[in-house]
Amino acid sequence: MLKFLTILKVGLKAIARNKMRSMLTALGIIIGVACVIAMIGVGQGSQAAIQAQISSLGANFLMVFPGVATQSGARIFTGQSTITDDDAAAVRAECPAVAYVTPVSRSAAQIVASGLNWGTQVQGVGVEWPFVKSWNVEKGGFFGESDVRAAAKVCLLGTTVATALFEGQDPVGQTVRIKNFPFRVVGVLEAKGGNSMGQDQDDVVIAPYTTVMRLLKKTTKIDMFMASAVSRDSVEEAQREIEALLRQKHRIGPGQDADFMIRSQQEIAQTADQTSKTLSTLLASAASISLLVGGIGIMNIMLVSVTERTREIGIRMAIGAKGRDVLTQFLIEALTLSIAGGAVGVTLGIAASRILAWKAGWPILLSPGAVALAFGFSAAIGVFFGFYPARKAARLDPIEALRYE
Amino acid sequence: MSDADVIRIENLVRVYKMGEVEVRALDGVSLSIGPGEFVAVMGPSGSGKSTFMNIVGCLDRPTEGRYFLDGVDVSGLDRDERAEIRNGKIGFVFQSFNLLPRTSALENVELPLIYSANGHAAKGRVEKARRCLAIVGLAGREDHQPSQLSGGQQQRVAIARALINDPKLILADEPTGNLDTKTSEEVMGVFQKLNDEGKTVVLITHESDIAEHARRIVVFRDGHLVEDRPVEKRRLAAPPVEV
Repeated sequence: MLKFLTILKVGLKAIARNKMRSMLTALGIIIGVACVIAMIGVGQGSQAAIQAQISSLGANFLMVFPGVATQSGARIFTGQSTITDDDAAAVRAECPAVAYVTPVSRSAAQIVASGLNWGTQVQGVGVEWPFVKSWNVEKGGFFGESDVRAAAKVCLLGTTVATALFEGQDPVGQTVRIKNFPFRVVGVLEAKGGNSMGQDQDDVVIAPYTTVMRLLKKTTKIDMFMASAVSRDSVEEAQREIEALLRQKHRIGPGQDADFMIRSQQEIAQTADQTSKTLSTLLASAASISLLVGGIGIMNIMLVSVTERTREIGIRMAIGAKGRDVLTQFLIEALTLSIAGGAVGVTLGIAASRILAWKAGWPILLSPGAVALAFGFSAAIGVFFGFYPARKAARLDPIEALRYE
Repeated sequence: MSDADVIRIENLVRVYKMGEVEVRALDGVSLSIGPGEFVAVMGPSGSGKSTFMNIVGCLDRPTEGRYFLDGVDVSGLDRDERAEIRNGKIGFVFQSFNLLPRTSALENVELPLIYSANGHAAKGRVEKARRCLAIVGLAGREDHQPSQLSGGQQQRVAIARALINDPKLILADEPTGNLDTKTSEEVMGVFQKLNDEGKTVVLITHESDIAEHARRIVVFRDGHLVEDRPVEKRRLAAPPVEV
C-alpha cells in the first residue's frame, strides 16, 4: 500500500512536469466526455418530454373509429360512419374497465367575433370530455348534460382561439358566430401546447357533440368516440371489453372483420418514444467516438512518454523496480489523465446541457446514472489505452534501457 | 572458496546470438570475491568485462555456470526475483551517473527504498537518505537537482543512492569515465573510505591508475580471466572528501 502511494506520487509528478502536454492530452477526453454528457442530456430530455406528453394526453386514453365494412368479400371504407352515440353510451354503461366516454363530432369552421375571423376545428364532445382528455377549464365552466340534450349553442375556446379573437379581453359570456350560428362562450380551456406531432392543441373550439352533429354537420352519426380506462394498466382490458361489446352490438361474428377500430394513445406514444430512443442512441454513439479518439490521444502520448523516459525506466529497474512497479506507474499516469479529463468533461458537459436548455429551449435531462456512466467510461478508456504503453515500459530490458540515449 | 564469499562464480559462460553467429562474451570464468575486498576489473573493450558486470549486477543471466551472491545461487532467478536482489544486495554506480533529472538529490537517493519489498515510511526514508548523503560529503545539498551539481557531486549522489539499502556489494561501472582527474580522485576517495569501513567494492575500469586504487586487479581478455593479482603499490586518494 505504502509502495503504491509512493508510485502514485511518482506518476503524478511526471504529469505535473509536462503540464502543457498533459493538458492537451486530457483535452481529448474532456471534449469526449462533455459531448457524451450533453448528448445524453438531449436524448434523455426529449424522451422525458415525450413521456410527459403521453401522461398529459392521458396514458389510459382510447379512441374508437368507424372502420372498414366488408361487402362481398372486399374491404371497403363506405365513408358512412358506423359508430353512433348509442355505442358510446353502451360502452360507458357496460364496460367496467372504462372510466369515461365522450362522443366526438368534428367540423372545420370559421369563427367570427367582433369583426375578427379565425378558421379552426370545432370539436363536438360529451360532458365527460375534460376527464377523458385530462384537460381542465381555466376560465368559466364546462357545459352540462342539459346543454348536450338540447344541442345548446354554447362553446369553450382553446387559448390560441381565445387570444386570436379576444386579445386581452375576457371571452367568457361573449358571443361568437360559428358558420353564422351565434354561440355563447362559456369557458376557456387551459393551455396544452403542441402535441407529439407538433400540432397546436390549443387551436380548437369545444361544443356539445349534439350541436356540432345536428346543427353544423347535419348528420345523426358521430365521427368517433374517445374513452379512458380506469387506470394505465387496464388500457388493454378496456380495449378488449369495447371490442367485445361493439362486435356483439354490431352483430359481427367471430372471424369477421369489425366495422370499427380501436387505437390507444399508448400505441401512438410508443412509436414516438421509439423514434426518440433511436435518436438518442445515435447521438450518444457519435459522442462516444470522440471519447474513443481522446483515448487514442492518451495512448499516443503515453507511447511517446515511454520512449522518452526509457533511460529513467532503466535506472528504476536497475535499482530494483519490478515490471509490475513500472506498469503501475505508467498506468497511473494514463488513468490520472483520463480521470482528470473525465471530471472536467463532466463539469463542462453539464454546463453545456444547461446552456442548450436555456438558449435553444431544448428539454434537457441528465440522470446521475448517465453522468456516472460517462465518467466511468473515461476511466475505462484510461486503463484500456494506457495498458499497452505501460506494458511496453514494464517489458523493457534494463541493460538496453540504461544504454538508451 | 568459502560460503562467506560475497561473490562466487563457477565456470560462467554467456553466449549472445547475433543472427547466425554465436558470440561467447564470457567463456568459462571462475572467480571468488570475499567480504571487504576492493576489486578492479580491467580489460579492453570487447573483453567481456561489461557482460561480467551485467551478470554480477543481476541485470543479466549466465548461459551456463553458477553465480552465488552472498551465498545464494542467483543464476536461475527470473526478472522480478533479480529486481529484488538488485534492490536489496547491490548498489550500482554508473559511468553517466544515471540520476533522475529534475529530481532533488534527496529524492534520487531514496529512490531504491520506494521499490523495497517491505516498504519504508516517508519519514524514515528521508532520514536514511540524509545520512547517506552525509557519508559522501553532500550534507546541505539535499535539495539540489542534478543539473545544479558538478559531475563529481552527481557521482557522489549516485554513490549515496547505492548505499541506501546497505548493500552487500557496491558495483561501479567506469565511475570516473565522465570525470576529470581531480574529481576522479575525489570519487575514488569515497570508494576507498567505504571500503575501509568494510564495504565490498567491485570497480570496472579500463584506466590502470584508477584500478590501482583497489586492492586487487582482475583482467579480462576475449571472455577469459587472464590475470588476477593484488595491487602492490596502492594509490591512496588524498585528502579524503570533506564530511
